[in-house]
Amino acid sequence: MKNHSETSKTVYYFGTCLADMVYPQAGMCGIKLLQREGIRVIYPQSQTCCGQPAYNSGFPSEAKEVALTQVRIFSGSSAPVIVPSGSCAGMMKYHYPALFRDDPEYFEVKKFSDRIYELTQYLNSVLHARYEDKGPPIRLTWHSSCHAMREMECTEDSKALIRQLENVEMVEVENEHECCGFGGTFSVKQPEISAAMVHDKAENLRATGTEKFLTGDCGCMMNINGHLEKQRSPMKGQHIAEFILERING
Amino acid sequence: MDNQSKFNFKHNVEKGLADSELRSNLKFATNTLRAKRKALFADPEETHALRETGRNIKARVLSRLPKLLGKLEKNCIRNGIRVHWAETTDEANQLVLEIMDKHGAAKMVKGKSMVSEEMHLNSFLEKKGKTPLETDLGEFIIQLNNEPPSHIIVPAVHKNRRQIARIFADKIPGATYTEDVDTLLKTARKILREHYRTAHIGLSGVNFAVAETGTLCLVENEGNGRMCTTVPPVHVALMGLEKVVEKLEDVPPLYRLLCGSATGQRITTYFNMITGPRKKGERDGPTEVHLIILDNGRSKILADGQLQETLRCIRCGTCLNHCPVYTRIGGHAYQSTYPGPIGTILMPQLEGLDKKGALVTASSLCNACEEVCPVMIPIPELIRRLRNEHWDMDKKGVLKGRGSKKSILEALVWKTWKFTCTIPWINRIQLKLMGLSGGFLPEIGPLKAWTSVRTKPVFSKKSLKDLAKKEGIRHG
Repeated sequence: MKNHSETSKTVYYFGTCLADMVYPQAGMCGIKLLQREGIRVIYPQSQTCCGQPAYNSGFPSEAKEVALTQVRIFSGSSAPVIVPSGSCAGMMKYHYPALFRDDPEYFEVKKFSDRIYELTQYLNSVLHARYEDKGPPIRLTWHSSCHAMREMECTEDSKALIRQLENVEMVEVENEHECCGFGGTFSVKQPEISAAMVHDKAENLRATGTEKFLTGDCGCMMNINGHLEKQRSPMKGQHIAEFILERING
Repeated sequence: MDNQSKFNFKHNVEKGLADSELRSNLKFATNTLRAKRKALFADPEETHALRETGRNIKARVLSRLPKLLGKLEKNCIRNGIRVHWAETTDEANQLVLEIMDKHGAAKMVKGKSMVSEEMHLNSFLEKKGKTPLETDLGEFIIQLNNEPPSHIIVPAVHKNRRQIARIFADKIPGATYTEDVDTLLKTARKILREHYRTAHIGLSGVNFAVAETGTLCLVENEGNGRMCTTVPPVHVALMGLEKVVEKLEDVPPLYRLLCGSATGQRITTYFNMITGPRKKGERDGPTEVHLIILDNGRSKILADGQLQETLRCIRCGTCLNHCPVYTRIGGHAYQSTYPGPIGTILMPQLEGLDKKGALVTASSLCNACEEVCPVMIPIPELIRRLRNEHWDMDKKGVLKGRGSKKSILEALVWKTWKFTCTIPWINRIQLKLMGLSGGFLPEIGPLKAWTSVRTKPVFSKKSLKDLAKKEGIRHG
């Protein structure tokens, strides 16, 4: 968990392309959790994708064009930019400056990158959000995305929010540190390796004896849920923002 | 699978994944190694500081590499070590052969040396009628079975005790099948002792070569390295040119990082510091010590500011133990001297993207390797760089085999993607179309790969943009 202190009455929201295409509810719940803390949320309608797919696939020029487009959509303010994904947040916070390291746009990009927070990081470490659990008792587990863990270092923030929900028992999963095998285009460029990885991840999640896992990243969720569903497993993952909002609204 | 036959990565991956015994052997071994490392590097702040020290030492060395190599040569010669330079592995093999021939040597005992693997020294010497014998226990086992190592530090990591017992019983004349470790060790020791006594040449690798003193440092646990470098009359040491360090005080932090990362040890059982051959009046040690310094493409890597970070590697192998890809497909699937994450970035640089480019796809970029690397090599970033050079659509690459995967179709896919992500109205139409397509997309190409073990993703009819608009969220 990193140390943050800066608060702002207004924040910008970068919803991510996966929330746009597949999980809009998860994205919307993140906005509502922020609003609930008395924060004004601005969601620019022309935002698209952080650019990570091209960046990871070896097409940095395309990634840079997309990155700069996002930087300019969010320019003209120094308010924080909140991202409901550790992976996209990591891309925008740490990889954008690296991509523009030798370009005149570097300082413009760096200024934007410094505004980036992952959603649970902002809720927990900056806003100190407090939640009252109104849901029935439930046991579940947590899946951490690699970039939430190793780039944004926000896993403890996510867990701290869940621990506030007193009827929720969170069981630790074995090999939590290990990748679920999504890796964006990795899942289709090396489908056999990716399949072996998601299979092991699903096994570990199921071995917790719970039927629900929470995560802060839609990419991992789409990967793991797709596999669990193919196996006709009753287990299913849900985005942390959606879960918390359900619990505190009863 | 030997490292010199044709490389078919897809086939190797499938073979590795299908081998359930291999998977369980690797899982057991790498879990143990990871746990040991974690126990030793228990304090995150201290570990981070130590890794920064390691990175800085190696970065400093690389920044003045030619000068330090010159100094190393001068001081080695002063100590009586004969220094040879080899630009290619062929030259290095030839040098070893010449030394053997000069001494009329037929047999060589070998300590562990990854550079000798890089040279394919054993098969070269065998073709010349020589007998190279591996003495590191893991190397000894796989040499019996005619296999290359599958790990940098633990060459027989892919074998379990039963498999090793079977190899001993099948390949060692007179040996009976036993799974008793002490008996197996006794058998190996008995064979090796005789070889140390009768071999003319002992070969070793080098973990650190100290420029200011002309000292070769050798890290090991079995004592076989010490035997190879002290019993035979001639010692030949092989090193990649990036193994030089500036001064003696650079050694302790690097040594600590190497042991801790590799095996979770505070210190290894043996740490050899070799500063020349037997001197007048001394009763033991070799009478000749040779040092062969191999380039094999390293100076080209050094010339690129970003790629040179690869040369910081101290060959601890911890990135292999932490890699979710390596631990599933095994080292042999890489069909390369260096497997795992470090091999993924190093092999295409040494052999060319045309030959080993397929390796760069073998990563989910999960950053597990970068997190543990003792010298902080940004492996994921270098994988992205190599992926870019593999396509080399913008013709900015520098590596051999750049652009060998050039694909108009792939480039078109990313151009199209770029338009959907930079032009808002195209993005809106794309989201609409995806929503309308529901679950009816044809299962071809990437989607077919995806659905082999997963259900199809269901695109939402309403995008987040639609929901935000409906909820009246401010957009500017």
